[in-house]
Amino acid sequence: MGKFNKAGGREMPELNTSSLPDLVFAFLFFIMMVTSMREVTLKVVFRSPQATELQKLEKKSLVTFIYIGEPTQEFKAKMGTETRLQLNDQFAEPGEIQDYIAQEKSSMKEEDQPFMTVSIKADKETKMGTITDVKQALREAYALKISYSAAPRVN
Amino acid sequence: MVVLINSSNQVAINGEYTEIRQIKDKVKEFIENPYNDEHKPEKVPVDVPFFGEMMVSKNHVISLQNDRGTEYQAYINVQNELAAAYNELRDDVSRKKFGKAFADLDEDRQRAVQDIYPQKISEAEPKNYGGNK
Repeated sequence: MGKFNKAGGREMPELNTSSLPDLVFAFLFFIMMVTSMREVTLKVVFRSPQATELQKLEKKSLVTFIYIGEPTQEFKAKMGTETRLQLNDQFAEPGEIQDYIAQEKSSMKEEDQPFMTVSIKADKETKMGTITDVKQALREAYALKISYSAAPRVN
Repeated sequence: MVVLINSSNQVAINGEYTEIRQIKDKVKEFIENPYNDEHKPEKVPVDVPFFGEMMVSKNHVISLQNDRGTEYQAYINVQNELAAAYNELRDDVSRKKFGKAFADLDEDRQRAVQDIYPQKISEAEPKNYGGNK
């Protein structure tokens, strides 16, 4: 037999952590890919209407959203239960739509401005009176491309 | 063609009460006018790229009128059926001529099919029969 020494008690070899940064970055990239940024917190209750003839909204960067619905639970005390408009993060009146549109337009590149689309996200139980006031205000603000947001419905 | 939606979300076409699922066929018949019925919009010859001269119902108008109290979902339902009518007519022509669905055509061909079935929907100011805003 050869000279085999049992040289003392062996400890666990240290973990090789040289690839740890790679793992961390890979995980970080994964998280970045799967999360989507939501810029606006909904302050109104929005239950999407349903339809079958739907087209995907293109060029999301050229889309301005208008939310219409009854205020959520936490705002009911302050804003009441009547249907309200939400432009970006704030409650608003139809009269404020023109300024809002002008603001959004000016934050776009000049060649993109005529292609701005306004997406109306109105709760399905909204009355047409409100919708019409909004559309009228949009017409006066020269926001002529309007999209009605809806969820797919299987017939 | 006059499409009315009242504050109870009921639909009437040219004064006749209509169920949601009947809307599409009535609209298709109105636009298509296959028997050149005198009471339906007249078709005029139009030179359409890829198709040559076609008889197109260029002057038809579908007028949509709500009440201020109509529910948004009812309005969307009607708009949906109108869109479905145009989409089906366009799809038909597209498949017969190009063998593809309308949505799968390139831009120029899509525009040609749109010329054959142009969308002519006019929305009127809502009435306020209910009396409340």
